[in-house]
Amino acid sequence: MIKIDNLTKIFETPNGPVTAADHINMEVPEGEICVLLGPSGCGKTTTLKMINRIIPPSSGRVFINGEDTTGLNTVELRRNIGYVIQQIGLFPNMTIEENIAVVPKLLGWDSNRYKARAKELLELVALDPSVFLKRYPRELSGGQQQRVGVARALAADPPVMLMDEPFGAIDPINREVIQDEFLKMQQELRKTIMFVSHDIDEAVKMANRIAIFRGGRLVQYDTPDDLLAHPKDDFVESFVGDDRALKRLRLVQVSQVMEPVAVVKPSDSLQTALARIEEHGYSRAILMVNEKHQPIGYVSRSVAQTTKGLCGDHYFGLKATTSPSDDLRKVASLMFNHDTTWLPCTDEQGVLVGRVTQQGITHYLGATYQRDALNAQSPHLHQVNA
Amino acid sequence: MKKLRLTRYGYGIGLVLMFTLGILAEQYDVVDELFFYQEDVVYLTVQHIELVLISGGIAILIGVPLGTLLSRPRFARIAETAMQSLNIGTTIPTLAILALSMSLLGIGMLPAVFGLCIASLLPIVRNTYTGLLEVPDHLKEAASGIGMTAQQMLYRIELPNALYVIFAGIRTALAINVGTVPLAFLIGGGGLGELIFTGIDLDEPFMMLAGAIPTAMLAILADIVIAVLAFLIVPKGVNPLRT
Repeated sequence: MIKIDNLTKIFETPNGPVTAADHINMEVPEGEICVLLGPSGCGKTTTLKMINRIIPPSSGRVFINGEDTTGLNTVELRRNIGYVIQQIGLFPNMTIEENIAVVPKLLGWDSNRYKARAKELLELVALDPSVFLKRYPRELSGGQQQRVGVARALAADPPVMLMDEPFGAIDPINREVIQDEFLKMQQELRKTIMFVSHDIDEAVKMANRIAIFRGGRLVQYDTPDDLLAHPKDDFVESFVGDDRALKRLRLVQVSQVMEPVAVVKPSDSLQTALARIEEHGYSRAILMVNEKHQPIGYVSRSVAQTTKGLCGDHYFGLKATTSPSDDLRKVASLMFNHDTTWLPCTDEQGVLVGRVTQQGITHYLGATYQRDALNAQSPHLHQVNA
Repeated sequence: MKKLRLTRYGYGIGLVLMFTLGILAEQYDVVDELFFYQEDVVYLTVQHIELVLISGGIAILIGVPLGTLLSRPRFARIAETAMQSLNIGTTIPTLAILALSMSLLGIGMLPAVFGLCIASLLPIVRNTYTGLLEVPDHLKEAASGIGMTAQQMLYRIELPNALYVIFAGIRTALAINVGTVPLAFLIGGGGLGELIFTGIDLDEPFMMLAGAIPTAMLAILADIVIAVLAFLIVPKGVNPLRT
């Protein structure tokens, strides 16, 4: 857990004092990722760097796991905080193994222990130890270097990690990959992480909580979904973007909007199919499954109306399926790709578990906005009544 | 292919030239003449090497710590002034430095070593200073961010990363040093300069050559030794020679 209490930084410049961080108060619960977000010069990096005192705070306190760090020796404090920076900062004079082992060595581990640790961590960040342990940083690509940077920060198993735009210098494709790997790692490691970013998409993807900064102040501190659904003011609203509802797609899983679905079997007649289509109010088609309840295709309304025979002889192939753990962004993209308004959902065995519709998605996302609109209207209504 | 053929021609011409020189040398009894001074050459070469090693060694022992000290943040204010005055120091010709140190310390080995030291100090200090300052800030931030003390940062990060530049300074310094040692004879410091200058004075070309040839060879040797040391000592990851 990281708790920041009235943390303030005032820089003395020739043009007078500049407040870079103004009485910041926030708390990151244990095992969560908090992304500090905002335009440049908003105080997010200053706030982050005051936690490990790369920038000494002017006033205020930082608590780590309930302990006030004010009294701690700076070197001790930093050895218990993993630190990853945008420029990566691997030491070019050391091999990858030595880079990862830097902190364990400073802590006085014996060589067998830190060597084993370096190997273990390289595996954790998806680099082959037999290939990379003895290499030098300049022999690695940017993405590989940042993986090592993360491994180095994790070396002494610190409870808390600070990351200053860690994936900012990596090309978009590799960035996605590393973000995914990092999230997977975090599910096991459960570190308390503070993460600076200026990219709202990265924040929405990585964060359990997002803190929006502006002009040295903490404007809003919320979960990504709340932030996107209820931006506190115009600044936050413009910062999260006009497409904020679309960004929420990533935060919602298919299972949250999945609905039951009626099906036909290949042995059913087209009449039965038509009857079911009418019964459930489907506009265009009904899904067909095999004996194992796996979706294999669909029977269209127009065919069922004009033709006689069995469904098994008059069906169209399936365009795409989703799984309950997919996020809605992927689903929406699939729908757009295949020009369809709904998709069947299957579990790992390919067994049908339900369907997700465009209407279901818009309804789910719209629900929070409607609630807002009602809340906004109600005082007005009261006035009218009075 | 073309390049290879050209180098082959080069080697061929070189061989012919050396052969011709050999014939000429044999005709004029150069080898015999030179070997006439063998005893002197050996004695003076040893003395010459001593001068280089002692003055160069002391220059390194003073120059590297001095450059390091000047690169520390608390000396930032005076560092530039100090570097400037050292820069002005280099504009003084080495012969003048020797003459000045003679007027200060008299004649003999001591003023020679002192003068040589001063002459070769600057490149070492300057390269150590700039080498350390040029270590990227993000490396220092990473180092202090993971909890290194200033001293650990200096020895584990800054010096290893500046070492190649420091070695370049030492190489320059030694080139200056080896080139100036013959002049040490003028203030009674000894060395191969004795044969060169006496040879010139007595109009004895072979005596002069007996001093000049080993001096030239020593200069090349010193350069090779430093290059090899740089190759071996500078860490592999930051050594441009070992890619």
